[in-house]
Amino acid sequence: MPREVIVRTIELKKTYMLGKIPLHVLKGIDLEILKGEYISIMGPSGSGKTTLFNMIGGLDKPSEGKVYIDEVDIAQLDAYELAWLRCRKIGYIFQTFNLIPVMSALENVMLPMIFAGMTTDDAREKAKSLLETVGLGDRLHHKPFELSGGQQQRVAIARALANDPAIILADEPTGNLDLKTGKEIINLLREMNKEKQVSIITATHDLKMLDVSDRVIWIRDGMIERIEDRENLDIKVGHVEGEEAG
Amino acid sequence: MEKKIEKQLSLPLKNALQMSLRNFKIRFGRAIIVTMSILLGIAFFMSIMASNVFTMALIEKGPENIRTVLVENLPEIKVKQRWLVTLSLLVCTVGIINSMLMAVTERSREIGTMKCLGALDRFVMELFLLEAMIHGIGGSIIGSFLGILIMTLVYIAQYKKIILSIFPTLTLLKFVGISIILGTGLAIIGALYPAIVSARMEPAEAIRREV
Ligand SMILES: Nc1ncnc2c1ncn2[C@@H]1O[C@H](COP(=O)(O)OP(=O)(O)OP(=O)(O)O)[C@@H](O)[C@H]1O
Ligand SMILES: [Mg+2]
Repeated sequence: MPREVIVRTIELKKTYMLGKIPLHVLKGIDLEILKGEYISIMGPSGSGKTTLFNMIGGLDKPSEGKVYIDEVDIAQLDAYELAWLRCRKIGYIFQTFNLIPVMSALENVMLPMIFAGMTTDDAREKAKSLLETVGLGDRLHHKPFELSGGQQQRVAIARALANDPAIILADEPTGNLDLKTGKEIINLLREMNKEKQVSIITATHDLKMLDVSDRVIWIRDGMIERIEDRENLDIKVGHVEGEEAG
Repeated sequence: MEKKIEKQLSLPLKNALQMSLRNFKIRFGRAIIVTMSILLGIAFFMSIMASNVFTMALIEKGPENIRTVLVENLPEIKVKQRWLVTLSLLVCTVGIINSMLMAVTERSREIGTMKCLGALDRFVMELFLLEAMIHGIGGSIIGSFLGILIMTLVYIAQYKKIILSIFPTLTLLKFVGISIILGTGLAIIGALYPAIVSARMEPAEAIRREV
């Protein structure tokens, strides 16, 4: 059975102008990501991972090339449709958690559902059950600053899942977490990926992430260096880890 | 057609109001500073107006000796007052716009995050304008009464109890009304520009921008 392509980029380029000097951050990225896939994007700092994410997530406009989400060219969407796409199709997770500081965990998770037009009562019920799923059933009314980093990231995961998105984009979700908490977050993402068939795309330096990924996309200097399936990965991991340690 | 209905995005006023009020409560220290700038501007404006109103009341109903002195100096007083009103309005406008600007820009990341969650530019505007309205109403109510209080004390010091016997309550209340409209209006106008700029930013940029 051929699987649906959920994200497709064609010749994706992004250039920032620093004064008069153009900085080519993405130099032509061609990608296909399938429904339900768990993808890790690996690459050194400054290689353009966050930039690529912003393009795929409709958070910024490419300089050239196209992004298709569910076979829809997102450059063709108007502001309203784009907001709708961000609301319903994509869930975002950030390295810095980015919860709304004045809202409780519950309210943070409810917010995208309120935007999506759900009634407050329905949104509250669903938010509760999502927070229970991520193991925060007893922290519903805590504010972000009353939660640990790992707990905040769990809230962010619950919030990303709020409107049953097809894709979750996670930019270094474990970047601010310790080893053990990072591992838990990775496993949680993997669980959600299996359970809900949501495609997960993460950018990371975190080698723990490799174990759970279906494919790993290595980028360097704004280009895809290589794409590896998990089967071929096992051999390499040890090698990479050694490299990192040394 | 069903697709159309499903594609709705909304932020009910009830939720927006709740969010704005919450913001006010939790960022209380911050909010008080914003409100203070409105409060002081309006208190300044209102004290000038009250002084005007008191002078007019004294001319109309005050004792003969005070009346003649005031009527003699009236043209001079009027010029001075006009200048002070203009000045107070300027202080008010600049102070309010400045603090609204800060209040909006320091929350760039929050705006970006909300847009990632599906907020339309309109929602972001709505939230900030509601908040500005709360600041404006609160600041100008307290500010206008503060202005009246100060001027009443000043006039009592100068004219003793006469001022209380001819206290122009109704006229003063009229100016309280004007102050509230003015303060709220200025707060909204002050928030409008930064709110538009922030709402229109690409979410990536809004999140990146550290303040
Ligand atoms: N808004 C911007 N304006 C100018 N240059 C930018 C902008 N955003 C990113 N860059 C540049 O683009 C390059 C890639 O940045 P990006 O954030 O995509 O890297 P990254 O792979 O996510 O790195 P890290 O692993 O450190 O997060 C960097 O050299 C950065 O300076
Ligand atoms: Mg990055």
